[in-house]
Amino acid sequence: MNIVDRIWNSSLGKKYLMALTGGALFVFLIGHLVGNLQVFGPPDLINGYAHFLKSKPGLLWGARLGLLACVALHIASAVTLAQLNAAARPQPYATKGAYGASKASQYMLPTGVVIAAFVVYHLAHFTVLLPGVNGVGDFTKLKTVLHGEEIPDVYAMMVLGLQVPWVCVFYLIAQALLFTHLGHGLAAMFQSLGFRDHVWWPRIQCFAKAASIALLIGYSIIPVAICLRVVGSDYVERKKYDLKAANSQPAPALVAVQGKEAK
Amino acid sequence: MATLNSNIPSGPLAEKWEHHKFYTKLINPANKRKYKIIVVGAGLAGASASATLAELGYEVHNFVFHDSPRRAHSVAAQGGINAAKNYQNDGDSVHRLFYDTIKGGDFRAREANVHRLAEVSVNIIDQCAAQGVPFAREYGGLLDNRSFGGAQVSRTFYARGQTGQQLLLGAYSALNRNIANGGVKSYTHAEMLDLVVVDGHAKGIIVRNLQTGEITRHNGDAVVLATGGYGNVYNLSTYARGANVTASWRAYKRGACFGNPCYTQIHPTCIPVSGDYQSKLTLMSESLRNDGRVWVPKRKEDCKKAPQDIAEGDRDYYLERMYSAFGNLAPRDIASRAAKTVCDEGRGVGETGLGVYLDFSAAIQRLGEGKVRERYGNLFAMYQEITNENAYQTPMRIYPAVHYTMGGLWVDYNLMSNVPGLFVLGEANFSDHGANRLGASALMQGLSDGYFVLPATISGYLAGQNPGKRPTTDNGSFKEAEENVQTMTKRLLGNKGKRTPDSFHKELGKLMWEHCGMARNEASLQKGIKAIGALREAYWKEVNVLGESNDWNQSLERAGRIADFIELGELMCRDALMREESCGGHFREEYQYTPDDPETKQGLVNPGDVKRRDDQFAFVAGWEYAGAPDKAPILNKEPLVYEEVKMSTRSYK
Amino acid sequence: MKVTLKVWRQKNRNTPGSFKTYESPELNENMSFLEMLDVVNEALANRGEEPIAFDHDCREGICGTCSLVIDGKPHGPHKGIATCQTYMRSFKDGDEIVVEPFRAKAFPLIKDLVCDRKAFDRIQHAGGFITVRTGAAPDANSIPVPKENADLAMDAAQCIGCGACVAACKNASAMLFVSAKISHLGLMPQGQPERYKRAKAMVDQMDAEGFGACTVTGSCEAVCPKEISLDFIARMNRDYGVALLKGDPKAIKGGGAG
Repeated sequence: MNIVDRIWNSSLGKKYLMALTGGALFVFLIGHLVGNLQVFGPPDLINGYAHFLKSKPGLLWGARLGLLACVALHIASAVTLAQLNAAARPQPYATKGAYGASKASQYMLPTGVVIAAFVVYHLAHFTVLLPGVNGVGDFTKLKTVLHGEEIPDVYAMMVLGLQVPWVCVFYLIAQALLFTHLGHGLAAMFQSLGFRDHVWWPRIQCFAKAASIALLIGYSIIPVAICLRVVGSDYVERKKYDLKAANSQPAPALVAVQGKEAK
Repeated sequence: MATLNSNIPSGPLAEKWEHHKFYTKLINPANKRKYKIIVVGAGLAGASASATLAELGYEVHNFVFHDSPRRAHSVAAQGGINAAKNYQNDGDSVHRLFYDTIKGGDFRAREANVHRLAEVSVNIIDQCAAQGVPFAREYGGLLDNRSFGGAQVSRTFYARGQTGQQLLLGAYSALNRNIANGGVKSYTHAEMLDLVVVDGHAKGIIVRNLQTGEITRHNGDAVVLATGGYGNVYNLSTYARGANVTASWRAYKRGACFGNPCYTQIHPTCIPVSGDYQSKLTLMSESLRNDGRVWVPKRKEDCKKAPQDIAEGDRDYYLERMYSAFGNLAPRDIASRAAKTVCDEGRGVGETGLGVYLDFSAAIQRLGEGKVRERYGNLFAMYQEITNENAYQTPMRIYPAVHYTMGGLWVDYNLMSNVPGLFVLGEANFSDHGANRLGASALMQGLSDGYFVLPATISGYLAGQNPGKRPTTDNGSFKEAEENVQTMTKRLLGNKGKRTPDSFHKELGKLMWEHCGMARNEASLQKGIKAIGALREAYWKEVNVLGESNDWNQSLERAGRIADFIELGELMCRDALMREESCGGHFREEYQYTPDDPETKQGLVNPGDVKRRDDQFAFVAGWEYAGAPDKAPILNKEPLVYEEVKMSTRSYK
Repeated sequence: MKVTLKVWRQKNRNTPGSFKTYESPELNENMSFLEMLDVVNEALANRGEEPIAFDHDCREGICGTCSLVIDGKPHGPHKGIATCQTYMRSFKDGDEIVVEPFRAKAFPLIKDLVCDRKAFDRIQHAGGFITVRTGAAPDANSIPVPKENADLAMDAAQCIGCGACVAACKNASAMLFVSAKISHLGLMPQGQPERYKRAKAMVDQMDAEGFGACTVTGSCEAVCPKEISLDFIARMNRDYGVALLKGDPKAIKGGGAG
C-alpha cells in the first residue's frame, strides 16, 4: 500500500490530515487577521495591501487554491471520520454520559459546519462580492484611487459591509464558534500528530487557549468597532457611495464626490 | 489400583534435571507438526506452555472458558515472583531457594521437583524481561528486588502490585504471537466438560461453546490441563468467581488421581466477611504486615468497643507474643491459625466477631502518615473503598481467607498424571508446594511448568506415540464422553427443583469452612463428609437451572461447576480425615505440640504448632475415583523419599 | 436500602432487546454493585425468571471482565475503578439505576449485558508482542531499562483490557487501549526492533475491527479503571506516523537453504 492510500484509508492517517490542514488554516487565520487589522489604520493602508495582493495573481491564486485544498481535505476528512464514528456505535445509549469530555470536543462537527457555512458566506460577501448577500448593494462599485491608480476600495467595503447589524452578529457568532473549534482543535492537532507528553501537554493546552483567545479578540474587534461606528463611518459618509444602482448599469459606478480623490 | 510412579531421575539432586533432559527422547522437527496437543487454560502455565509448544513445532489447540486468554486469574497475583538470581548479593542461591521452598511446604513436596523449580526460576526472569514485562527497576536501569513473605533474602521480582498481571500479559503476548503465526489455534468461551480416554491414554476433550451451547469433540496426541486451583469449593475465597475445578474433576472421574486435596492455603490478611450476600473476599497484600501490628482485645467484653477506647494494656498482640522472632511476619498458615484461635476464644472484632485488628498507629507515629501513605496508600484506598473505613485513623480489620490450593491432580516428575498423555501444570497439579506455599512462589511454578518443564518432558511421551495416528473424534470413547456431557446438561436443565445452584454453593462453602477449614478434627470431618454427601443428593433432587442449553447460560455453567465442587468437598474431607497429622496448611487439632513435647521444651515450637508425623505420613495421597460419587475413593500412596535434605521440625519461633 | 433497576435485556444478538424494570430486594450498602446483581438474580431465579446475564470474574478490578454502563458511565460513578469495585453506598435508597451493556459495533452483544470483546484479542494478535522464543532470552540484567521508561511502560501496561474506553468514547474508538499496548512495548528497549511494524499492524487491525477514530474528548481517560493517559495515544500517533514515512521494508530476493 502506498502512503497516500494508507493515510486516506486509516483512522490515524485521516487524523493527520485533519491536523495538518487544520494547522495550515490556523496559520492562514493569523495572516488574514494581520491583514484585516490594517482596517484600524488609514484607508490607504488596507487598500494598498489588498491591491498588492491582487497585483500578484500567481501568488494569490496559489494561496487561494492551497487554502481551498486544505479546507476541502479538512472537511472531507471530517465528514468521512464522522461517518466512521457514527458507524462504530450503531445502537446509542439510553443515558447520555460523555464523562470527562469538554463541550468543545464534543461539538467539533457542528461548530465546524457553522464555520464552513460562514466561510462560504464570507467569500460571497467580500471575495466574490455577490451583491445579494451583503444587505448593502454592489460592492464591485467601490473604487478608490491610490498612487494615481483606480483600485477597489476594500476599506469602504469592510466598513459598509460590517455596519449592517445582522451581518455583524453573524460574524461574531462565527468568531465565537471558531474560538471553541480552535480551543479544542489546536491542542488536538498536536495530539493527532503525536506531539504530546506529560510535560508538554499543559503547555500545548495553554498555547491553544491563548491562540484561540487572541484570534477571537482580533477577529471580533473589527466588526464590533465598525458596527459601533468607531472605525470608518466618517470615511464612508464622506464618500457617499451609491450602491443601489442596478447591476446591469455599466461603469462608472463610482461616484466620486471629493475632488482630491478623483482622477 | 493406580500406580503412582514418580519417575524421579537418578543421580545427584542438582544434576537430575540436566540429565533427565538429555535422556528424554526428542522428536525430529519434521514429525513435531504431526502431533496435536490440547492445552486447557491460559493462565501463566497454560499460556506459556501453549506458546512454547507451538514454537517447538507442535500443533497446539488452546481452550479457555473466558472471553479472552488474558483474563485467567493469574492476573490477580499482587506480590511478585521469586528467582534465585542473587542480584542483591545477599547470599541467595538455587540451593537456598530450593531449601526455603521445601521447608516452607513443611517437607511434603517432592524434593526433585522443588530443586528443578529453583533451577529454572532464573530462566523465567530472563524470559519475562525479554518479553517486555515492565519489572520494577533501580535508577541504574537494573532489576529491583524485595524481600517477601518473611524470606531472609531479597529474591522477589515485582511490577508494582500487579506482578501477576504483567507476567500473564507477557505469557499472553507470547501466545498471541503464536496464534498470529498459526502455531496455536485459540478457542475462547470454550469450557472443557470431559476428558476423552482412548485405550487408557488421554486423547481428547469435550468442549461446550459458552456462547452457542454447542458441544464439540477435540482430539489430540496429548492433553494438558492448566486450569488452576479449586479454592472456590469454599464459595468465599480470594479466587475469581469463575475459577472452578471442573476440568480437573472430570479428569479425576476418568481415572486421574487427585493429589493431596486437603492442602489449602488460607491467607491471613483479607478483608473480613461483611454479610451473607458476599461473593468474594479481597486480599490485602501481605506486605502490610511489615508495618502493621496484629491484635485483639485481651478480654471478650472489650470486643464491641471502639478500638481507640481499648487501653494499650488491654490489647493482645498475639503474634508478637507467640512468635517473638518472626512476630507479625510469621508464615501465612501460622498467622491464619492464630487469628482463628483468638476469634474462637470469643475475642474477635467487628460485627461478625470474625476479625482481628491490623493496626498502623505505631507505624504512623514512628514514620509519619506521609511515609505510611507512600508505602501502602493504594492498599489503604482499596480498604476504604470496600469497608468505608479510614485505616489511617482506625485499625484495619482482617481475617484469613482461602487463597490457594496446594493439592491438585497427581503428576510425576514429567508433569504427567497417572493417565498417560494427560499432563497437568500450575496450580492444577499438586506438585511443588507441599503442604504450604510460600509467597511469590505460585507465579514461579506456573511459568516454570509452562515455559521450561513441560516442553522438555512432553516429548518423552509423544515419542512413544505414532506421529499422525491419534484416534479420530469418531472413536467410541469420544461418542461416549459427549453423551456423558449431554446427559449431565439435560439432567441439570430437566431437574425442576426449587433451589438455585448458588444457594447450594453457599451451603457447601459453609460446610467446608466449618469442617475442613483452618483447623480440622476427626469428629468434625466425619460430620462434614456426611453433610456434604447429603448435600450432593439434595442437589440432584432440588436444584433448579433456568434457561436453555443452546444459548449463553450462566446458570447452567455454574450448576455444572457446583456439582463438581460438592463432590470435591467430600474428597477433601476424606483426605483431611485420612491425614492424621498436621502439616503446613493442614491442621489437625489432634496433632499439635503440647507443652510437654521435647521440641516445645527446647523452645523450637509453641504449644499448638503443627505436629508432623513423618514416620507414617511422608507420602503423597493420590485419590482414585471408584466409579460413582457415593463410593469411597481409593487411596494410593507415593512415598516421599528425601535424598538430600532431612525432614526437620519447621520452626519460625 | 432498595433500588429500582432499569436493565437492558436481550436474548441474543439477533433478537431485539429492551429495558426491563426490576425492584431490588432489601440491600446492604456494603454490597458491591455485582453482589447487588447477584441478589437480584437470585430473587429472579426463585421466581422462575431467567437471571440477568452479566460478565464478571475476579471481582477485584484486575481481570477486566466486568463491564456495564451504569447511569451513562462505564464502570459506574467513581473514577479509577471497575464496576466490581463499585459499592452500593454510592447510591441512595430509592434510586433508579439504568444499566446498559457496552455498546460498539466492534463489541457485538451476546446476551443482556454481556458483549463480545474479542476484537481486542485480534488487535493483539496483529502485533501485541515482542518476538522472543522461550529459552532465547539473555540474562535479564544485560538489558538495562531507564527507570523512567520502565515506570512509564508500566503505566501503560496496567491496562486491564476491559473496553470501557470504547464504551465511553462517543466514537467507540479503541485508541486508548491500542495505544497503551503499543506504548508499553514501544517504551522498552526489548520492544524497539518491532516498534514501528507493531504500531502499523495493530492500528490497521483496530481499523479493520470497526472502531471509531479519536476526537480527543478525553472520555476514555476519564472512565479508565487504571486512569491510563491520553499521552499514550499521542505516542501511538507518532509511532504510526513514523511507520508510514518509513514505508514497508524491502522485500528479500532469492533465499532458500544454502
